[in-house]
Amino acid sequence: MIHALANPTRFLKLARPLTPVLFWAGVALALFGAWAGLTQTPADYLQKESVRILYIHVPAAWLGMGGWTGVAGASLGYLIWRHPLAHIAARSIAPAGAVFAALCLITGSIWGRPTWGTWWEWDGRLTSMLLLFFVYIAYIALARADSDRGGDGRVPALFGVAGSVLLPIVRYSVVWWNTLHQGQSIGLTSSSIDGSMLWPLFFTIGGFTLLFAGVVLMRMRAMLATQKVEARLRRMAAR
Amino acid sequence: MKPKHQRLVLGLLALGAVLGASGLALSALRDEAAFFYAPGDVAGKPLPLGKAVRLGGMVEQGSIARQPDGLSIAFVVTDGKARVPVAFRGVAPDLFKEGSGVVAEGKFNPDGSFTADNLLAKHDERYMPPQVAGNMHKSETLDK
Repeated sequence: MIHALANPTRFLKLARPLTPVLFWAGVALALFGAWAGLTQTPADYLQKESVRILYIHVPAAWLGMGGWTGVAGASLGYLIWRHPLAHIAARSIAPAGAVFAALCLITGSIWGRPTWGTWWEWDGRLTSMLLLFFVYIAYIALARADSDRGGDGRVPALFGVAGSVLLPIVRYSVVWWNTLHQGQSIGLTSSSIDGSMLWPLFFTIGGFTLLFAGVVLMRMRAMLATQKVEARLRRMAAR
Repeated sequence: MKPKHQRLVLGLLALGAVLGASGLALSALRDEAAFFYAPGDVAGKPLPLGKAVRLGGMVEQGSIARQPDGLSIAFVVTDGKARVPVAFRGVAPDLFKEGSGVVAEGKFNPDGSFTADNLLAKHDERYMPPQVAGNMHKSETLDK
């Protein structure tokens, strides 16, 4: 299935109709989730209204980390099977993941001020998430430099795999270390967020995830189109 | 072995090494990366005197005492294993309550007590509306 999709023509045939569906479904779900989170849920007993930032912060954290999982997975796929599409996928995911990692840091900071009494502390979760954001920036710079110099993308792919060292650290920082950041609220089967406040979160998580996928497909199609243009120009120049 | 399979094995080994490195970093930094000391961490051990540290735990029920000057607060931080009396002078965050989490920044005194110059409220992972929280979590607050 993945091998079949590695063919750019077949990929484009599927991606073209899928892009607007993912994008607009994502926008609709995220907007509905945000509306519900702002108006349809009760305020928290301790945090009061500032709890509502959760509906953006949690999807942002999920996509910030999920994005790097995608970069690392695609990079590994590129290193092993040398599918050019895997390289394009990794490069397309990175900026979207970086945006959500930044959004996670910013919303967390805004939430931290009234809740903890500080905008920023160098605790394990906050610091490792900031490092992940820097790793995204480094990957984007490295991938761009590599392609400018006509590299085959192996160096950024190695960096993409190596960068996943941060993922377990971000995830388990609150378990293994004393941190100011609270532990995980949502598990696979249970949640310490009351049901009346939890449900819009699923809409924003789902919505932002579809939006993320739509944006990644858009970027992949744009990169494939650029490559096609460059190849055609080269052929015309050679003639 | 075909080159593709060789790369697959190498790739999986690399992934394993990366995850192993991550586990090593997590366990090696366990003490270094701790954001705060829990009272149980310092009980029975030499106190980290003379340097700025953080002390974190729960504010013991019934332990908050406002001093007559209106600014100073005394309370006890506990983690169930040990308790440390804390003195603080300044403005406490809104979420600073008995029975909820706190991180105090300051220094240990030779007698085992702690003098804080800043307080951070630590929120736990439970989120609920006031009706659900009910009387269970209606703890004493400073502005009572």
